[in-house]
Amino acid sequence: MNFGRLITIVKKEFIHIIRDKASLGMAIMMPILFIFLFGYAVNTDVDHIKMAVMDMDHTIQSRELISKFKTSNYFEPTIYVQNIEELESLIDKGEVRGGIIIPSGFLKQIKKGKSAQIQFIIDGTDPTIAKTALQSGMMLTQKYSLEINNKHLEKNGLNNKSNSTIDIRTRVWYNPNLESTKFTIPGLIGLILQNVTVMLTAFSLVREKEMGTLELLIVTPIKSVELILGKMIPYIFIGAIDFLIALFFGTYWFNVSIEGSILLLMILGFGFVICSLAIGMFISTVAQNQAQAMQMTLFFILPSVLLSGFVFPIEAMPKVIQIGGNFIPLTYFLKILRGIILKGVGIHYLWKEVMVLSIVGILLLVVASVRFNKKLD
Amino acid sequence: MNELAIITKNLTKRFDRFTAVDKMNLQIPKGSIYGLLGPNGAGKSTAIRMLCGVITPTEGKGDVFGLDVYKESEKIKENIGYMSQKFSLYEDLTVMENLNFYANIYSIPKKIKKERIVDIINMAGLEGKEKSMTKTLSGGWKQRLALGCCLMHKPKLLILDEPTAAVDPVSRRIFWQIIYKLTKEGITVLVTTHYMDEAESCDEVAFLFGGKIIGRGAPKEIIRKKNVKNLEDVFISYVEEQTGEKVEASFNKIKFIQSDEAGE
Repeated sequence: MNFGRLITIVKKEFIHIIRDKASLGMAIMMPILFIFLFGYAVNTDVDHIKMAVMDMDHTIQSRELISKFKTSNYFEPTIYVQNIEELESLIDKGEVRGGIIIPSGFLKQIKKGKSAQIQFIIDGTDPTIAKTALQSGMMLTQKYSLEINNKHLEKNGLNNKSNSTIDIRTRVWYNPNLESTKFTIPGLIGLILQNVTVMLTAFSLVREKEMGTLELLIVTPIKSVELILGKMIPYIFIGAIDFLIALFFGTYWFNVSIEGSILLLMILGFGFVICSLAIGMFISTVAQNQAQAMQMTLFFILPSVLLSGFVFPIEAMPKVIQIGGNFIPLTYFLKILRGIILKGVGIHYLWKEVMVLSIVGILLLVVASVRFNKKLD
Repeated sequence: MNELAIITKNLTKRFDRFTAVDKMNLQIPKGSIYGLLGPNGAGKSTAIRMLCGVITPTEGKGDVFGLDVYKESEKIKENIGYMSQKFSLYEDLTVMENLNFYANIYSIPKKIKKERIVDIINMAGLEGKEKSMTKTLSGGWKQRLALGCCLMHKPKLLILDEPTAAVDPVSRRIFWQIIYKLTKEGITVLVTTHYMDEAESCDEVAFLFGGKIIGRGAPKEIIRKKNVKNLEDVFISYVEEQTGEKVEASFNKIKFIQSDEAGE
């Protein structure tokens, strides 16, 4: 490898990048735009679910139950209806997500010490909302019924402490409030970084093929490795800037604090930039023109959104699809990102992922260099 | 006897079932200007690209300065300057940046580089254009800049694929003056062209049709043998022989037919 020729290519690429203001602007603006767009849009936290209330009891007890729903912040039981038809029509129209029906005699039953029934209806068209609503609805009512029970027992002079029950103390680690942004933001940083960088290099060689400049380069003594590396190096800088932008806005704006070492995060982030630039470079050696390069990039990006575990949990996928996810570098980088940002773990826990990414990156660069054997046929 | 710069023996290139170049035999003496002529799609560019090492031949032998086109194409590249049909310099780089780029790609030592670039600028008449963006140059300038870039490493062989295809008559003549000057310095030139006046100034020409060489020799000799006025007539008579169809020799007649049709 001739160092002078490598530098020459690097310089030339830098000139291309700087003079193509539109592309440069895109490369810088894309991560900012995406992080805001996805950061707000990909949010699976469900709260303030609109509910209709059909209170046929009209007692303190029934109103207390409704206020329990209200204060939980999970529900907004604000629309009162008189009959079941009205409730149905509201759900059909989508004005409410569900309804709480309290039958008359609710208070009486409780006073008698018998169990009282209420009905809880949920629109199941969106399972994410339905699941959260069901769980929080059940929890709220159970808690409330326990309260009533205890009051009863106290009133009757019985001590509930004699009751032997299992007392479960739950503790959620790394994300105690179960905020979904904590999960999605690190994934988002990885996804954005991958998409922007793959696209940067996917076009680099094909563009020269289309312009005819490659034919002239082929007739010079330049080596494939020099050309491939020389074209990649300037983009490492752009990719690094993109990573810092995504990391800054992701953590600062969306309030996701980095638990682990920032230095380690940066080093591995730059490593991933090189890996995905290599993917783009590989695409560039396979594609015959820019349209093909675009298609191949999409063909690569779309599955990686689904299979990497960016939003959809890998554990929920069938085994075959899970294996597919193992072939996507982003899968490993997401483990690294979540490991460092959320869990604060160090390299001891992540070396496997780092190894996989390094091997993939180096392998792709070698394959790209060999594939691009300075011939046009 | 003159030494040979290029020797090919049954050089063939097939794309799937299509044979672009069919058993081509060439012997090009050093220091000569050799013209490859033939209709569009005859295989001229394919032949040239094989000799440059841009594509690999399917079979046959090819030697450039005693170097094998299969195994030593990288060494061949050090000795040739190649201008492809399409203008292929970086349009978003300035004239100087393009020249510098090729000087560095060819690893021209710093000491010589400056002088060499000045020489090329003078030769191509690009004085004062050094800082112009390449895309703003007109066709003739672009062509001379491209020529300058591929002469950067002082190649022994210059391979030009339709170098004057999109160039005005004056620029065409300036371009060929440069080519003559270069041959005086001992450089060998292999050129394809559709301009028969350019072809007539070659030392030797070969006619390609359907990938095969169907005639060759010094232009004057061929014209004499065929008993016609000029190379253009030779070209047309070759195509007629091959296709069995009559080609209208004079543009005047074509014009006459067109106006006749318009009148109907």
